[in-house]
Amino acid sequence: MSDSAQYSDPRALAGLIGQLREVAGGLDHRLTFMEVCGTHTHSVAKAGLRRMMPPSVRLISGPGCPVCVTPVDYLDRALALAALPDTVVCTFGDLMRVPSSTGSLEQARAEGARVEVVYSPRDALELARRRPQSRVVFLAVGFETTAPTIAAAVAEAEADGVTNFLLLPGNKTMPQVMRVLVDDPQLEVHGFLLPGHVSVITGWRMFGFLAEEFGIPGVVTGFMPTDVVQGVLALARQVAQGHATIANQYGRAVTTAGNLQAHRLVERFFEPADSAWRGFGVVPGSGLGLRAAWAHRDASSIRVDLPAPREPAGCRCGEVLRGVVDPPECPLFANGCDPELPVGACMVSSEGTCSAWYRHERWLEAGT
Amino acid sequence: MCLAIPMVLVERSEFDGVVELDGVRRTVSLMLLPDARKGEQLLIHAGYAIGRLDADEAAETLALLREYADAVVGL
Repeated sequence: MSDSAQYSDPRALAGLIGQLREVAGGLDHRLTFMEVCGTHTHSVAKAGLRRMMPPSVRLISGPGCPVCVTPVDYLDRALALAALPDTVVCTFGDLMRVPSSTGSLEQARAEGARVEVVYSPRDALELARRRPQSRVVFLAVGFETTAPTIAAAVAEAEADGVTNFLLLPGNKTMPQVMRVLVDDPQLEVHGFLLPGHVSVITGWRMFGFLAEEFGIPGVVTGFMPTDVVQGVLALARQVAQGHATIANQYGRAVTTAGNLQAHRLVERFFEPADSAWRGFGVVPGSGLGLRAAWAHRDASSIRVDLPAPREPAGCRCGEVLRGVVDPPECPLFANGCDPELPVGACMVSSEGTCSAWYRHERWLEAGT
Repeated sequence: MCLAIPMVLVERSEFDGVVELDGVRRTVSLMLLPDARKGEQLLIHAGYAIGRLDADEAAETLALLREYADAVVGL
């Protein structure tokens, strides 16, 4: 069996779920565990893990999809920049269909705006080299996993004197928004499945505050089906034993301190900044802004006219991102909002909670 | 979006590497993992190697999974 087949082995899954049933069955209350990573959202839905859980274990999704949490005014600014002369906006593909106040980047491109989809921030840098007369603005979104790749592209631009490569800073970091989740009286979370690839960069130790300050356990978890169930089992065991520590299920990829070279690059170019999240509003210190020394690469200081920010009417994406409602509780879910014609951001991205439920678990009831 | 794909490093120069998965090759930046060695499984995200997979840790996890699988009768 290949490694990848072993990480999806139905027998191993059955064994793990049997253990989980035993541990959770010994508790007198229901367990709610939250994942905060779009790749987990997708893995859970695709492998059908939610309906494999014992009835007393509930898996919910938090603000783990970077595209989904990017607020509408960021997209408004991106669209306004794309309309400027001699300006090209470069973006990861996921952002293309997310609605702004006036339409998506995809629609704007169809109407003639200069928007390019790139796979890597480096591709945007290449474009800047090829078109020295244009200003190339990269839409810098993504969590701790992605920020170092953007910092590396800026480092390369600095080293090679590529002055026409700019960022629209929108990167976000997990710790501060997780504090908001933990403090939310509408939400009762007994443990967190922690994001494996964020942790490749940060190291698992970054999440220590959850256990130390709040007494909530966390398990850094990989993305294969057995990884996720192992993570859930490890959380259930901690609750059953009355422990709260940060454990590392994804030891094959995640170390205590993470990727130090990535830390150095992020640190060189970025500093913590207040950042607006869809569903949460502005969370202090939850984003990354360019340091003053690199202001010449900051496209957010370019003057543009912005529309009044407008979210789609009736869309409950914000509450879905906070984990307080499941997608079927939104009146638009599968009723005017689906992956073909999405209304809200959580249905646009394949990692969005609404999209994952729609594609794989449409028949499940809220609260499952 | 935090998807990272494990691929094997087959060639490298000072800053770039060629990685391979199932016969598909692509060039990635090694700026975030300057000490990557040929033959290592790297995690590739947005055109950059961001980390590596530890073979011993992976073997340990797989051994544990076999124990769980073997404990299941009749599937």
